[in-house]
Amino acid sequence: MIVRIVETGLANVASVRAALRRAGVTAASARCAEDVEQSDAVVVPGVGSFDSGARALIDARLAGALRERVDAGRPTLGICLGMQLFAERSDESTGRGEPGLGVLPVPVRRLRAERLPHFGWSEVASPADASVLRPGAAYFAHSYALTDVARLEEAGFRVAVATEGETFAAAVERDGFVACQFHPELSGAYGASLIERWLDAARASFEAAEVMPW
Amino acid sequence: MPRLIPCLDVADGRVVKGVRFQGLRDAGDPVERAVRYAEGGADELCLLDVSATIEGRGAQRATVAAVRAEIGIPLLVGGGVRTLDDARALLDAGADKVAVNTAAIARPALVAELAETLGAQCAIVAIDAARRDPEDPAAGFEVVTHGGRTRTGIDAVRWAAECAGLGAGEILATSWDRDGTGEGYDLQLVTELSRASALPVIASGGAKREDDMARALGAGASAVLAATIFHDGERSVADVKRTLRALGIDVRVPALATPSETRTQPPAEAPIQP
Repeated sequence: MIVRIVETGLANVASVRAALRRAGVTAASARCAEDVEQSDAVVVPGVGSFDSGARALIDARLAGALRERVDAGRPTLGICLGMQLFAERSDESTGRGEPGLGVLPVPVRRLRAERLPHFGWSEVASPADASVLRPGAAYFAHSYALTDVARLEEAGFRVAVATEGETFAAAVERDGFVACQFHPELSGAYGASLIERWLDAARASFEAAEVMPW
Repeated sequence: MPRLIPCLDVADGRVVKGVRFQGLRDAGDPVERAVRYAEGGADELCLLDVSATIEGRGAQRATVAAVRAEIGIPLLVGGGVRTLDDARALLDAGADKVAVNTAAIARPALVAELAETLGAQCAIVAIDAARRDPEDPAAGFEVVTHGGRTRTGIDAVRWAAECAGLGAGEILATSWDRDGTGEGYDLQLVTELSRASALPVIASGGAKREDDMARALGAGASAVLAATIFHDGERSVADVKRTLRALGIDVRVPALATPSETRTQPPAEAPIQP
């Protein structure tokens, strides 16, 4: 199974790479559309601003390949800004701003919290029918989030929520696509088990594809 | 949830501890300690490089990488960060948050550059503050540098507000008067810096007991940092968290289950269907 981390030179990938290694996976880097298409599992990490992250995906011609993966239900994990980039647009954008990938049919809003950034651990409540998401405390580092939980659910996503000033989508899940506003790679045992479940699901779909006769 | 952040002062790859930034003594292997703290439920780990040499800076990156490989909690790294490239090198080594101190005072634009290029989590500003007059609370706090040897004359509260305007992500507020003394956090400093902006404030310097931490959180801190109390193994991070909970502080109690155990369990909270 080939696991790749999207590297556009902006995001810090050392922590994600270390977490995957602790889960027994040595991840390569995805730098072009072919890398994204030919991976069994792809992680989209993210640190920094929405516009620079979105621009980097477009410049590296990764946007279309990522959208296709998620639409096809292929194992893809977005983290923090890497989740927000799958939304339509962000309040963080300046001027006209860059569009997001539009997989998650909502905008990214600035959190109405007393202190920002929200650095720290919050309780995550997850739906009972989720396969990868679970309840527990996770680590967040962000000022923006997807706050229209109802719209995400209408669009067929299972949504886990957390509250910091207001309730927002802590994570979403649909088929092999999981996107977390929190950092599973920094969320201790809770995050490590989430990464393992996602990898297990990716491995299962990889093995199912392997045995197909066609 | 309020965070408990154990701090390791590291010089040349070894953990050290001093009083008022001076008189360092060896206190062990950073990786071994980091793992123990993370397992005990540390919400974040701070690695502060206190070595004074170029060689020490190289060792700092190796220490960050070695710690990163083993622990899955946020790693805040500071000490000797002068440029964007220094911060980037620490990120590449595995830091999640980077703190700047002296270099930002010399050139405040560095804070904005770090925030814009690497994100607000890489623009944590460490402020070492000393009382201008220990006898007179109204005299306020000034920023000190170089292990307290240099008094800058800069007002600490005004500096915190300026950092917020520059895009800083957090303020790491260390009391020079209290650091390593065990006399408790300087609550006036915590209160004033918390009011200076909407940024989260990490209280640092002087923690001895859990009620010191509870008071700092009550004074407006979002997190409490402590080094000395964990060093001699007298109390573990888990002990301190248990006591904080008993004091009514809503700190995280880490999941003890291993990943393989959690997989076979149903979700802890199934929503009630109408």
